[in-house]
Amino acid sequence: MTEMIEVRGVTKAFGGVIANNEISVDVPEGRITGLIGPNGSGKTTLFNSIVGYHPIDRGSVKFEGREISDMRVQQIARLGLLRTFQQTRIYSKMNGVQNMLISLPHHSETYKSMFQKYPPEVTEKAERLLDFVGLYQKRLLISGELSFGQQKLLEFAMALMNEPRVLLLDEPTAGINPTLINGLIDRLKSASSELGVTLFVIEHNMSVIMTLADNIYCLANGRVLAHGAPDEIQNDQRVINAYLGGHYIADDGDDGEN
Amino acid sequence: MANLELLFSIAPVLNIQLVLSGLFVGAIFALAAYGLALVWGVMNVKNLAQGELVIMGGYIAWWLSIDVPVWIGIPAMDFRLFWIDFLPISVPAVAFLEFMKPAIHPILGLPVAMVVMFGFGWVIFKLIICRVIDKDLFTSLLATFGLALVIQQLLNLAFGPEVQIAESGFAIRSFFGGMVTVADIKFICLVLAGILAVVVVTFMKYSRMGQAIRATAQDPRAARVMGIDTERVYAFTFSLNAAICGAAGALISMVWVIQPFYGMAHSIRAFVIVTAAGLGNLPGVIIAGLGLGVAEFYSGFILGAVLQQFTVVGLLVLVLGVRQIQQSRHRQPVR
Amino acid sequence: MAERGASPLIAVGRWVHGLDPNMRRIVLYGCILAAGISAPFVFEAYTFAIAVLWVMILFALTWDILGGQMGYNSLGNIAFFGIGMYICAIVQIGLYYDVALYTAHDGAVNIHYTPEQYFTGLALGIVAGGLGAMAFAVVFGLIVFGLRGPYFAIGTLGVALAAPELIGAWDYVGGGGGISLPNYPGGPDERSRLFYYLCLIFAFATFGFLKWLYSTRFGLAINAIRDDEEKAEGMGLHTMRYKMIGWSIAAFFLGLSGAVFGNMIGFIEPLEVAFPTVTFGIFMIVMCLMGGKGTLWGPVIGATLFHTIKEVTWAHMLGWQWVALGVLIIVTVVFFQQGIVGWLKNAFPEWYGITVDEAVSAESDADIAARLTRSEAAE
Repeated sequence: MTEMIEVRGVTKAFGGVIANNEISVDVPEGRITGLIGPNGSGKTTLFNSIVGYHPIDRGSVKFEGREISDMRVQQIARLGLLRTFQQTRIYSKMNGVQNMLISLPHHSETYKSMFQKYPPEVTEKAERLLDFVGLYQKRLLISGELSFGQQKLLEFAMALMNEPRVLLLDEPTAGINPTLINGLIDRLKSASSELGVTLFVIEHNMSVIMTLADNIYCLANGRVLAHGAPDEIQNDQRVINAYLGGHYIADDGDDGEN
Repeated sequence: MANLELLFSIAPVLNIQLVLSGLFVGAIFALAAYGLALVWGVMNVKNLAQGELVIMGGYIAWWLSIDVPVWIGIPAMDFRLFWIDFLPISVPAVAFLEFMKPAIHPILGLPVAMVVMFGFGWVIFKLIICRVIDKDLFTSLLATFGLALVIQQLLNLAFGPEVQIAESGFAIRSFFGGMVTVADIKFICLVLAGILAVVVVTFMKYSRMGQAIRATAQDPRAARVMGIDTERVYAFTFSLNAAICGAAGALISMVWVIQPFYGMAHSIRAFVIVTAAGLGNLPGVIIAGLGLGVAEFYSGFILGAVLQQFTVVGLLVLVLGVRQIQQSRHRQPVR
Repeated sequence: MAERGASPLIAVGRWVHGLDPNMRRIVLYGCILAAGISAPFVFEAYTFAIAVLWVMILFALTWDILGGQMGYNSLGNIAFFGIGMYICAIVQIGLYYDVALYTAHDGAVNIHYTPEQYFTGLALGIVAGGLGAMAFAVVFGLIVFGLRGPYFAIGTLGVALAAPELIGAWDYVGGGGGISLPNYPGGPDERSRLFYYLCLIFAFATFGFLKWLYSTRFGLAINAIRDDEEKAEGMGLHTMRYKMIGWSIAAFFLGLSGAVFGNMIGFIEPLEVAFPTVTFGIFMIVMCLMGGKGTLWGPVIGATLFHTIKEVTWAHMLGWQWVALGVLIIVTVVFFQQGIVGWLKNAFPEWYGITVDEAVSAESDADIAARLTRSEAAE
């Protein structure tokens, strides 16, 4: 099994706060990897560090064996490493289809192709993917007027349109109607199995991540606290303590958040 | 470049003159910039009419200081004629005003300018600013640009396009055998600017209103939940800014010159200073303000008066460029 | 038979209504083009004013590329207008004379060009003006495109304010005193018509080019940058490339219009003619906002409306016109920001195809039926 993303010893500090401290994480190809941890444990910062949103202080990030820690967001995205946002971000004044069309991969874009129209098969693909997430009927509405959950689904569809090799999802089920969550889990799984997209998912909903992920990393205080299969993580006393707010890393000589 | 030689080998004493002159106006630039940063920080309004507020304050102090009242010469609508024709009661009113309007020394005109501008700021807030606070940032920029246009044109219609100076009548001192001359009024104005800054900062730190302003700046929602009337805080902040501008204008009218269309340059200066210093960085604002004043006088001397205005805009572009390079190290744009 | 008077109008209305959309579009463009071509003959006294209208439409359209479609509100686009104007003048004079000598004598050297010389100079000058403005756009772009929001607006304003100061201090092009352009080798009517048609052609060319441009990927890409640039970067969009090209296109057309406008006036100087930041520079924004920014027709409608109102009322305002302009800006910005077309879009979204599709799925009914039978069979 090859590793799509190899994070080694990544450290990122904001002022005096060390958000990521010597983090090492592997994301294997074709699998769904989970990332959990209490609020403020550095999950989103780690995502930002991986996709090049900010420069990291120390460490290395490799994508398919290639060092990407000194690359910019756009370059990394064009390599096929994409992320979605916790606060959903879509192009709010465009309609659903337009949102999809502009999300086509840009790695092979030339100056000539910038000025071409979209061929019908691309539009068809966009509509198929919108159908896949259940937004076909609303594809011509201004996407900023969709509900939060629908925007989240649209963002997911846009990410798939971009044909990423790896997709980093930041809390895909937050704010989504609980009755729709099972449908979303199915879609995430089929994206992974059918489209071959490697997923790396931040999730707070434990039951979701336990059914979804093949293996899980748990962060606390900017460090990797535990790593393993879902049932190992579920029964790991340190993880339970971290979520309940106990002094979980007493043996590491660290005093925790308070 | 003959002037460069003059500065560095023939008469280095001239440097003192340039630095002093720059510092005197720079302190006043810093004052207006502080007002801009205040409004920007508290209600996220980028006020492009900042310079016009300054110039307006200057005209108030100047108008109060002249012996012969210049009545407002608006074409087709001379106020005096207008009143006489349409409002017979106002004839005595005008006469009374003319009688009562003593020539006030501009230093005494300064508090008057502040009070008037505070009221003006309140009116402008209620008319325009309160409607643009929640809108996107270009709205406030463009709305205040329109306001700037209105103010400068009204000043032009009222007082004409001539350059004006409020005469203070103080002595001018010479040093180094006449190579360096400094008017007393400049020292006085520097001290006044300093006092004003201390008063404003103290007010912001210790008064109830000042605390409410700072709380609103940090989080308006939370402030509202805690019972702060944010609408009133905004109105007060903008009025306070107008008053600060009024004071700056009164000082400018004494140590430098005012003209209806000089406002834009003052606005740009305020933006340069705030951009260089960053929001909420008072020492930075003071240093950047003084620095800008000195830089302007140097470039005016070395490059010639034609390019003195250019220095301001050039510095703006430069500062923005430097900020971009700084930000790009964090892979962030300047926003 | 009271209806008889109106019946031709009704007939025309019916005819237009009966046409298919493509045909209707052709009729519309044909009418505008016909009006534009015949205007200097029908309204001879207003040739200049109508020529300026075309320039205004061009202004509004080019401002909208960045301001409306891309969300980058520039206060300094007027710089390209002036740059195009000056480059054109330098080319026109420099082809046959020494520019420095010409400007130093400040009109004392009266140059007369043969028609051939004149038109060669004009044609080359206009092209050079457009391309030169484009080159400057790339340079300015490197300076200002790391800026966002208010900083971008202020930065571009700075560039626009700096340009006339620099030109004013540059004696080679006549400094603040300006340059008179070569005399037109022909009659005044012919001259005004020539420049009128150039303005007309450039306005139409801009419109046609942008109509095409907005229908390509480029249009969607700059819309995406407007809506959320960070997201667009996150999706791998070449944002800088799009921004640069968008600005260069705006600069190119502005440069062309500047070159023509300078020749139409016949005399150029930095503050009032070439870089009128507080007049044309602001007009272009107000026109866009009035008509509806971010739409193709909005700038055209806004420019027409604004220019007509301005031409009719300006002379009657006795010094108050600038105050009125300021008030107009404030009122437009504060109360009517979506503009006419934007308002229409809000009021009648279905006109613009913003609807819920009744079809349940991208699959055809037959596909669904087939799947249903399959699943029934499985049970």
